Amino acid sequence: MSDYAPLSFKVPEPEVRPGDEPDFSHFEVPRAGSVRRPDIETNARDMKDLATTIIRVMNRDGDAVGPWAMKLEDSILHHGLRSMLRTRAFDERMMKLQRQGKTSFYMKCTGEEAIAVGQQMALSKGDMNFPTYRQQGLLLCQDYPLVDMICQILSNSRDPLHGRQLPIMYSSKDYGFFTISGNLGTQYIHAVGWAMASAIKGDTKIASAWIGDGSTAETDFHSALVNASVYKPPVVLNIVNNQWAISSFQGIAGGDSATFAERAHGFGIPSLRADGNDFLAVYAVSKWAIERARRNLGPTLIEWVTYRVAPHSTSDDPSQYRPREESAAWPLGDPVLRLKNHLIGRGLWSEERHVQAEAEFDEEIRSATREAETYGVMGEGSSARDIFEEVYKEMPPHLVAQRQKIGV
Amino acid sequence: MARMNMIEAIRSAMDVKLDHDPDVVVFGEDVGFFGGVFRCTAGLQKKYGKSRVFDCPINESGIVGSAIGMAVYGLRPCVEVQFADYIYPAYDQIVSEAARMRYRSAGDFTVPLTIRSPMGGGIFGGQTHSQCPEALFTHVAGLKTIVPSTPYDAKGLLIAAIEDDDPVIFFEPKRLYNGPFDGHHERPAQNWSGHAAGEVPEGHYTVPIGKAAIRREGQDLSIITYGTMCFVAEAAVAETGIDAEIIDVRTLVPLDIDTITQSVKKTGRCMVLHEATQTSGFGAELIAQIQEHCFYHLEAPVERVAGWDTPYPHAQEWDYFPGPARVGRALKSLMEAA
Repeated sequence: MSDYAPLSFKVPEPEVRPGDEPDFSHFEVPRAGSVRRPDIETNARDMKDLATTIIRVMNRDGDAVGPWAMKLEDSILHHGLRSMLRTRAFDERMMKLQRQGKTSFYMKCTGEEAIAVGQQMALSKGDMNFPTYRQQGLLLCQDYPLVDMICQILSNSRDPLHGRQLPIMYSSKDYGFFTISGNLGTQYIHAVGWAMASAIKGDTKIASAWIGDGSTAETDFHSALVNASVYKPPVVLNIVNNQWAISSFQGIAGGDSATFAERAHGFGIPSLRADGNDFLAVYAVSKWAIERARRNLGPTLIEWVTYRVAPHSTSDDPSQYRPREESAAWPLGDPVLRLKNHLIGRGLWSEERHVQAEAEFDEEIRSATREAETYGVMGEGSSARDIFEEVYKEMPPHLVAQRQKIGV
Repeated sequence: MARMNMIEAIRSAMDVKLDHDPDVVVFGEDVGFFGGVFRCTAGLQKKYGKSRVFDCPINESGIVGSAIGMAVYGLRPCVEVQFADYIYPAYDQIVSEAARMRYRSAGDFTVPLTIRSPMGGGIFGGQTHSQCPEALFTHVAGLKTIVPSTPYDAKGLLIAAIEDDDPVIFFEPKRLYNGPFDGHHERPAQNWSGHAAGEVPEGHYTVPIGKAAIRREGQDLSIITYGTMCFVAEAAVAETGIDAEIIDVRTLVPLDIDTITQSVKKTGRCMVLHEATQTSGFGAELIAQIQEHCFYHLEAPVERVAGWDTPYPHAQEWDYFPGPARVGRALKSLMEAA
């Protein structure tokens, strides 16, 4: 007889499923302003507590409190709120285009707008983002042409990517936006390599890496952290923990055993965990990590705690795997409403201005959409010639022969 | 001109590029201080510094992935994967990222990256130090795949690869590093000092990517091959007395089909020969193209000699390796075929 009882296999489950009451009672939300702000030269081992808390700046009343509250110019606050509104309006309009059959696919970032917008505003010209598909805010808070974005989504004759990429997989070197891959996590190590190159060349530019909670399970996440640990390049390693990877809750990626931020500790990389729905926290924490990188102090990992209000994409129905009302119960609230209240509290914004801004962006995006649609929808206007171009810098003989076979 | 073996020629190519182009960087496992397990980077770190030539964690996807990031920044990395058998962890980065970057970004981001890796058997390396995985890369749009067979070609092709603006897979037949091995493992090893292709210019030159070489002119049949098998073919031809033409493909993609076609049309008989496993090997592509272009010139079915479709064994290496006796038998049967 063995002394051992039979082993049992464990598969994590979220606390609630469709039909259940949303329950975030286990989710601890530290008081705004309660988390310390270390000096940027602090060693990773002396700030491990910051990977298991949540850095928050805005309190329930919308006031900015504590050591992470920065004195920000009004223009930054205005641009932040307006860019988040613009991103939300863009998502709504593009979703409609998909429902109208004008594009095959779309992905919204509802509830996560503060993260991309806040960090992009903290970066400088020449820095490079290596985004996932849910950081459209990086482009929408800059002056990247809206019509070009929509033409990419419509895969039409003015699509900057010539119809080759799935909608929303933008690419723009000039705007610090690396070409998006549908293979998840691959860009994380690219960001580290890019930052290594910046250090090798004695440049002053830094890289910003992006990944979701689910994709931290990919080997490229580990590769990126190893190289970041070894060579200490100027890179900000963002993890957007929006709780859901399509239908898998963050526990399936290991999030129940330790925070995603804690993964940096084994690599000796400073790590912060912050409220991703708090624009002021996003901006301040990003600035801290960016300053560290630019001062040659090396990488920082940041886990942004947020919630994916939207479906994963236009191809799934979240009510099949989580309670419908869960996003409304999310304890960190709506990032747009929170920043709006902060600005109103400071006398910089009003309900009227908010409604006006929403109307302004709705009209801007409608107008850009009308123009984009004149260049075609759902692949109209794309050219079969573009199948063969840019596979290589110069077209090799076998591709010339294949192109001739389809007569273009 | 200098006398070089293939290791020295490969090192010389990187030396020339590191010297001429400040954007060239060289890295991989053990390539820095130690100079590589096959010594291909010996002395380069001392000469160019740790920012240009350095050691990496044992993480092939990280080596290739970070090299892609560097290439996107504007550098021209030349990385080493210690054995071709270790390249699989990097496969997603090579296939989904390096190969696709120019295409998916419409030229906005490009990857001028060279991945060097020793391949092939004949060193008693067993299944994890002997494989020839070239067909896994020739199948991928956006990559160029090169297999040199001499010191002269290795240097000229490696310089061309580093200067190329697209990602290049550069497989080095490791049994050829020290000499032109003809498959006669029972005989004393040859070195490159007695071979014309061991004469290598010390400075800059290139061998064009996409051009095959005729290693031996002949009238009876054509052997289409590359890497170590070029010398095995020479031995088999000498031993059988068959007047074969030997084509060293050198660049698998893009393929110099014109040189191959001209030879096969002239001889009317053809053998495709490689060390890699047979099924879906690069030989299958060669045969498909040869029948497409030369069908009415062929006097016999195209013969294929390749590695058996098994993992590369350790103790039975010489039963596995397609040596001159096996190639010779196939040559004779090809000459006797209708």
